[in-house]
Amino acid sequence: MSTQGIYLRRRIVNVTALLLGGCATVLGLLFLVWILWVTISNGIGALHLSLFTKITAYADEGGLSNAIVGSLIMDLMALLICAPIGVMAGTYLAEYGRNSKLGALIRFLNDILLSAPSIVMGLFVYVIIVLPISNMTHGHISFSGFAGSVALALIGLPVIVRTTDEMLQLVPGTLREAALSLGVPQWKLTVQVLVRAAASGIITGVLLALARLAGETAPLLFTAFGNNFMTVHPLDKMASLPVAIYQYTNDPSPALHSIAWAGALLITLFVLALSLLTRLLFSRKKVSYE
Amino acid sequence: MNDLAAAVEIPLTEVEENPKIKVSDLHFYYAGFHALKGISMDIPEKKVTAIIGPSGCGKSTLLRVFNRIYSIYPKLEARGQIILDGENVLDPAYSLNRLRSKVGMVFQKPVPFPMTIFENVAYGIRHHEKLSRADMEVRVEKALRDAALWDEVKDKLKQNALGLSGGQQQRLCIARAIALRPEVLLLDEPTSALDPIATSRIEQLVEELKSQFTIVIVTHNMQQAARCSDRTAFMYMGELIEFDGTEKIFTKPSKKQTEDYITGRFG
Amino acid sequence: MQTPPAEQTKARNVDERSVADARHDRFFHGVLKFSALLVLATLLGAALSTLWGGREVLFGQGLHFLTSNAWNPVEDDYGAVAPVFGTLVTSLIALVLAVPVSFGIALFITEIAPAWMRGPVSAAIELLAGIPSIIFGMWGLFVFVPFMSRIEPALSATLGKLPLVGKLFQGPPLGLGLLTAGIVLAVMILPFISSVMREVFQTVPTRLKESSYALGSSTWEVVWDIVLPYTRSAVIGGIFLGLGRALGETMAVTFVLGNSYNITSSLLMPGTSISSSIANEFNEAVGTHRSALIALGFVLFLVTFVVLLIARLMLRQLVKREGK
Repeated sequence: MSTQGIYLRRRIVNVTALLLGGCATVLGLLFLVWILWVTISNGIGALHLSLFTKITAYADEGGLSNAIVGSLIMDLMALLICAPIGVMAGTYLAEYGRNSKLGALIRFLNDILLSAPSIVMGLFVYVIIVLPISNMTHGHISFSGFAGSVALALIGLPVIVRTTDEMLQLVPGTLREAALSLGVPQWKLTVQVLVRAAASGIITGVLLALARLAGETAPLLFTAFGNNFMTVHPLDKMASLPVAIYQYTNDPSPALHSIAWAGALLITLFVLALSLLTRLLFSRKKVSYE
Repeated sequence: MNDLAAAVEIPLTEVEENPKIKVSDLHFYYAGFHALKGISMDIPEKKVTAIIGPSGCGKSTLLRVFNRIYSIYPKLEARGQIILDGENVLDPAYSLNRLRSKVGMVFQKPVPFPMTIFENVAYGIRHHEKLSRADMEVRVEKALRDAALWDEVKDKLKQNALGLSGGQQQRLCIARAIALRPEVLLLDEPTSALDPIATSRIEQLVEELKSQFTIVIVTHNMQQAARCSDRTAFMYMGELIEFDGTEKIFTKPSKKQTEDYITGRFG
Repeated sequence: MQTPPAEQTKARNVDERSVADARHDRFFHGVLKFSALLVLATLLGAALSTLWGGREVLFGQGLHFLTSNAWNPVEDDYGAVAPVFGTLVTSLIALVLAVPVSFGIALFITEIAPAWMRGPVSAAIELLAGIPSIIFGMWGLFVFVPFMSRIEPALSATLGKLPLVGKLFQGPPLGLGLLTAGIVLAVMILPFISSVMREVFQTVPTRLKESSYALGSSTWEVVWDIVLPYTRSAVIGGIFLGLGRALGETMAVTFVLGNSYNITSSLLMPGTSISSSIANEFNEAVGTHRSALIALGFVLFLVTFVVLLIARLMLRQLVKREGK
């Protein structure tokens, strides 16, 4: 082949590849817009005040109030469980486990936990919490909001562990030396100086965990179960937005489908707003220690 | 080797000072690397001692052994003696709290804590002493005045310390260190991250502080050592080559290596 | 040298405080370590609890559970083959579709797009990762299934005529089925794979790329000859990460799989997967049936664990090299 021919062929390959790259991006964005558009257009039509005032027991009249309350309670309880444990575990990894074998192992397994199937976490909590409680109380208490919260906490935990670890590792080592040179013990240094220096990053991690667990359905199916009535008692079966959406989607009634879309819109807005907030927080954090 | 050992024992030109710290046969290793090779020196009380030498010569390492700050990292080991007021600070029984309340340190880059200016100074004091609010205010003001920072920050003590300029942050770090009323102050290249004006403020401050503290300053800037120290130690490849009055070191060094370094032939 | 008494008490106080500090530090260390060990306990617990919950089927029926494709709650005869088949097939379809598209997106963001476009485009793609999986499921069922049922006749008429692969695309245009589930999964895992690829592409040293450009290489040649070989293990790690996600995903596939325990050669036919079997049947199941579902959970956990283990090991190699 002549030199000209080689050049032409190389150019054609290059242009084709770049064009395909552009097409792939358009395709990806197309799906995003498609899914968002479907959610918004179907959801907005069904967005009524009755969503927030009526409970799911009056199915067709369109209520989700007990599911919204249940989700808020369980998400909050889940955070209360996984945030302290996650921050402490992440702190361990960053401050004590940086060069140790145990630290490396836990960091590695935490990354695996990060993408472990959420439905298995539901089964785990079913076996270690729901079943034993049910056996102990002879079936009076079985599925519960508490069990649901634990399952959600297991989803959020690795997110918080990882961000805390990463954020603390970003804190300059000189800050540690400066505090230690004043005679301050390690625990005070960690709690009062390092965690404070990394605070916005750690909060970002907690919000990311919230965004992650708020959309989860699978781990709740056999832990919190669902409930058509309003309850705030953590040992009752508890409704949640994702599970209510799941049940309504499985129902043949179109009226319920549109309520499901409204719920879907609420969750999507909540999760996307959270991810926007984390972005804002994180970009602010980057400037503090240059 | 004999030659070097002899260098250390050269009689000092001014012998009347009390040694505050007596270092003898100090060795330091990290992960097998022999970083300090038998350092012996007497650091005089209430004078400024400068340590100079090319980068990697061990000057910062030596400073970091004085308050055992190295001990927070794994695989580091110091052998030998550092006698402070008659006691060996390298003895594990010598408590870190005691050591660090007696020996303060300021680092290369200013590292204010993520707190208010007031809290930055009060933070260390609070760990060592229980003071009333009023007493604490007096202590903080004194430290800030001694660090020549008071006039610049007295109206914004409640503001975040990260808002100060680099030079102000470094003086805040000095204030934080002297607020504990240490006897020795270690300065590890305290001006290397600062502009010339901020540098000269710090040098002035060092001059003022030496009436109260025994100061050891590590610097890569020979002019700085010449300007603000009473004694200068020259280190090279983990060894103390020469330690003498600053004027003597810079005018009539007795070692060839010192002379080469000072005249800029290497380093 | 005499130390004055006041100095002595001060020294003693300081030493006492040091002892207290050391005690507090040990306690603090212990509490943190315990929290970190909870991460280990979670993984171990998930494995052991599902093993325990599924023991009746896993140990009682031995290999039968793993080799049988029966799923009969009436006669309590359970085999994992059909759900495992569905899980593997849908995840494989997802990979086949998502990998090239993710690569294209990563290529676009790192090499093609003008600088102002890179941030917004990658943020938008990452937004896709933030959408809860139940939303993917709803979109799949209400929008994408009808869409597919209109496309499938055309697929059967074209791809279905091909030799060898033709069989995969023959069947009734239900809209539901393995292919649809695979496509929904592909959309779901696409942002994960593309963000790993984008990140690792950005770690390639500029001098390496510049020296190739200096020899007259085109953008594509730099990516294919320099960037991809340099980042190979991490790219594979990213793909396995996506695979791990796809294997364990529940909500996005449950609605669109069709929930049938058939093993067919056609991708247009309904099927089931481990996670959707569990989600669909668990709350109605009792006794051996429930045990069989938990045992399925154990199998799923084991498979995803191995896949994710490989993913993280591959990703770690790049981190190590960067650390140099």
